Amino acid sequence: MAVVYEKTKGLTDVELHYCPGCNHGIIQKLVAEVLEEMGMLDTAIAVCPVGCSVFAYKYFSVDTLQAAHGRAPAVATGIKRCRPTQPVFTYQGDGDLASIGTGEIVHAAMRGEKFTTIFINNAIYGMTGGQMAPTTLIGQKTTTSQGGRTAEQAGMPIRMAEMLATLDGCVYAERVCVADIPNINKAKRAIKKAFEKQMNNEGFTFIEVLSTCPTNWGMTPIQAVQWMKDNMIPYYPLGVIKEKAMEV
Amino acid sequence: MTAKVTFNTDRCKGCELCTTVCPKHIVVIDTTVINRKGYHPATVSDISQCIACASCAKICPDSIITVEKF
Ligand SMILES: Cc1ncc(C[n+]2csc(CCOP(=O)(O)OP(=O)(O)O)c2C)c(N)n1
Ligand code: SF4
Repeated sequence: MAVVYEKTKGLTDVELHYCPGCNHGIIQKLVAEVLEEMGMLDTAIAVCPVGCSVFAYKYFSVDTLQAAHGRAPAVATGIKRCRPTQPVFTYQGDGDLASIGTGEIVHAAMRGEKFTTIFINNAIYGMTGGQMAPTTLIGQKTTTSQGGRTAEQAGMPIRMAEMLATLDGCVYAERVCVADIPNINKAKRAIKKAFEKQMNNEGFTFIEVLSTCPTNWGMTPIQAVQWMKDNMIPYYPLGVIKEKAMEV
Repeated sequence: MTAKVTFNTDRCKGCELCTTVCPKHIVVIDTTVINRKGYHPATVSDISQCIACASCAKICPDSIITVEKF
């Protein structure tokens, strides 16, 4: 008998608190699998955010820190500069990274800090009950955009991967999703590549993962995946947004 | 092929994502059972058709599925 698939050692045995079908669980698992496959479980350091993934420090079986809201890139900067040979990553939602922490992520990318950011874009603030995020789509109803987001009132949704890709310090930016098996495989490859580039000291690496929030979107997990595919992917295109060739 | 799919049933949240990716459509929700968390858990209806591709396990957000083959 051969084990084809079992839970990665990169995750602890703690039960996840996420809502049924929330994609946070799939994304964290992919990061943990990559860390295990790259032999980095003893050396990796995670910086967790404020948001639904605030308890991620209990789930990754690596050393973790839990940063103040939006400040994970600043904390990761300090850790990576003190421990330049160890893999460091932040795991952040769109409220955390694209709203309260916009300054920290932009400047970390500008400085070319050599850590990896996994950015979970679910187009809403999940933890606090479904308020509009900078990534909320036009027309999307949230508790603070009850008639649907309008461009007049809130501007157009922010595309973080494209925006950070304009900075020289950002060497790799890719957008992925985990809607089905081919996309899960692609997402895992992208996460792995980001860590490889980090370990090569190439610069700042950024993976945006389109996610779902079935609870605050008011949908079943299956409907939420379909809504993500139909509405988010057209506005947030998947694929490599930037890959800077390594300087030799 | 002989395959074995094990669900950590107590931890299943009945999200049904696993049922959407099985190429053989044999991963189903067992509505005759209510688990410790209060959900109908996922199960395999006809294990003889399983090809041990582990798609169900890969998409499971709670990582409760183990797939083996003989
Ligand atoms: C300084 C500060 N301001 C506001 C909050 C309230 N707050 C907690 S989580 C959150 C947004 C989380 O949304 P996101 O980052 O998208 O993560 P998700 O919950 O959707 O995974 C906010 C505004 C806080 N905890 N601390
Ligand atoms: S509120 Fe949304 S983002 Fe938070 S755990 Fe539930 S489904 Fe996931």
